Amino acid sequence: MSAMQKMVGWIDDRFPLTSNWKAHLSEYYAPKNFNFWYYFGSLALLVLVNQIVTGIFLTMNYKPDAKLAFASVEYIMRDVEWGWLIRYMHSVGASMFFVVVYLHMFRGLIYGSYRKPRELVWIFGMMIYLALMAEAFMGYLLPWGQMSFWGAQVIISLFGAIPYIGDALSLWIRGDFVVSDATLNRFFAFHVIALPLVLLGLVVAHIIALHEVGSNNPEGIEIKKHKDPVTHFPLDGIPFHPYYTVKDIVGVVVFLMVFSAIIFFAPEMGGWFLEPDNFIPANPFKTPEHITPLWYFTPFYAILRAIPNKLLGVMSMGASVVIMFFLPWLDRSKVKSIRYRGTLYKLILTLFVISFIGLGYVGTKEPTPTFTLIARVLSVIYFAFFILMPWYTAIDKTKPVPERIPE
Amino acid sequence: MKKFLIALLFAPLTVLASENVHLDKAPVNLQDYASLQRGARTFTNYCLTCHSANYMRYSRLQDIGLTKDQIKHNLMFASDAIGSRMTIAMRPDDAKKWFGMAPPDLTVEARSRTPDWIYTYLRSFYRDDKRPTGWNNTVFPNVAMPDVLYTLQGQQVLKDAANGGNADQPELVLAVPGKMSAAEYNATVGDLVNYLAWMGEPGKIKRMELGVMVLLFLGVFFILAYYLKKEFWKDIH
Repeated sequence: MSAMQKMVGWIDDRFPLTSNWKAHLSEYYAPKNFNFWYYFGSLALLVLVNQIVTGIFLTMNYKPDAKLAFASVEYIMRDVEWGWLIRYMHSVGASMFFVVVYLHMFRGLIYGSYRKPRELVWIFGMMIYLALMAEAFMGYLLPWGQMSFWGAQVIISLFGAIPYIGDALSLWIRGDFVVSDATLNRFFAFHVIALPLVLLGLVVAHIIALHEVGSNNPEGIEIKKHKDPVTHFPLDGIPFHPYYTVKDIVGVVVFLMVFSAIIFFAPEMGGWFLEPDNFIPANPFKTPEHITPLWYFTPFYAILRAIPNKLLGVMSMGASVVIMFFLPWLDRSKVKSIRYRGTLYKLILTLFVISFIGLGYVGTKEPTPTFTLIARVLSVIYFAFFILMPWYTAIDKTKPVPERIPE
Repeated sequence: MKKFLIALLFAPLTVLASENVHLDKAPVNLQDYASLQRGARTFTNYCLTCHSANYMRYSRLQDIGLTKDQIKHNLMFASDAIGSRMTIAMRPDDAKKWFGMAPPDLTVEARSRTPDWIYTYLRSFYRDDKRPTGWNNTVFPNVAMPDVLYTLQGQQVLKDAANGGNADQPELVLAVPGKMSAAEYNATVGDLVNYLAWMGEPGKIKRMELGVMVLLFLGVFFILAYYLKKEFWKDIH
């Protein structure tokens, strides 16, 4: 026995190292037919690590104080060694997190990865998405620019729409009558410790749930139905390590190329990742001409604005996110993957994608009568996708699904 | 306050938006050190009395080819240390009394306004007796700032419907010439805006140079990763 084996043996007697390695990597059998869409799970993990590591270094120089915050960000950008790189990695990373997560969720949508027995994988994923939205919203206040301040002011004031407790609730969230130093301080606490802890816990739960039931695949076929009689490993599966680890490295490198291209050549992304108004320090007495959240919130912001009543608007915005939790039970189709679904589903899914992207675009624009009308039409399509799902997935003509993954 | 916010959320914002003015393209070239140095001189001479650049250190001007001595003797008026920031003596409270508002810090102004906006703005002042300063501006109507550069540009007047011009296309006409010709003045403002763009992010050129290296590295990494994957996967069908 070599020294290495001896050491692993020593650890295994005290900690389930080898068994965990096998269960989650070298003997975790994943379907052999993962395609492009399956890169985004590991990429989301990569971006999460990026946010945590760069975040740790940012907190070393950032000052969560209304008088110092804006200046401390510029100090990081100018005077801290490599501070500009760490800051851009974090700010671009925030937007890329949503890019990756949206693509990851869309993958789940088209291949039916939320369907039985993966309902909890989807629910944990949705909870990650919710925590991520809270994390991003609170993080955006920290640079203490005009958009930080007024974005937070507008969104927190939405809680005021709740009957009876609304005003007290928004006051409680802010810790003051307007967004102020107290708000900045508590948002900092939530952003750097509370929500990252929640996120990490949920990510672990998401992966444990996934590894319990096994990964879905572009065919929507359960590979566990056909196992090798001797080894009991799925015939259409391959060990995650080394096959998908080496494959994901390729995905990681391609992602890093896109990520780096943005960081080094267009960190503001033309105002989409860093808004021009956020280079003006927060001023409670001067409202910007045009307050918009960052792009990843704009679909929901557009739904909020589409509804003339404030309370109903806030409720619709909440419902537009919450309704996604119910996806596993709304889908009545006999098949999982889009590959075996009929024209009706494909048509409605296309409309849904158009409505989501369209709402995202309209949400960045000033609500002129035309844009408001467009937002209303798109909101109806958005909700119809979910509400009518039990009906159209049941009548949609599906194709027969093969037993095994085709060669 | 809250009603106001709700109004902001639901009312069309078009009424609040400023008019769309045509902006001229600013001649920004962050690698033109001579232009950046001329811009730095104009900035310290004309802007840095009312406007601060609180996040910018004088010593950083070494990045555009100036020596410590040149910075100390030509650009620093108080006997500050070379590492000190570009602060001003005017107190914000006094400024508010004199101008109605404290002039904004200019360190990252080019990143919020854009260089094109500043370039057009600084060339769009005109005489207006109705304003307390005697100046107005077509890009930023009723701006609190007077034309600080008028000795260079001269004094413009606005020719609109009120004084025999075209109502749809008001024109700025030079009424009293300044020390500079129009071309010289445009070049001076161009240098100044170039400097402001540079000061907004002094590390931008270095950032892009590093980006090329990073992408080259990732390109090589990609080839290795791709063939590694291919090697591992050759038996999977």
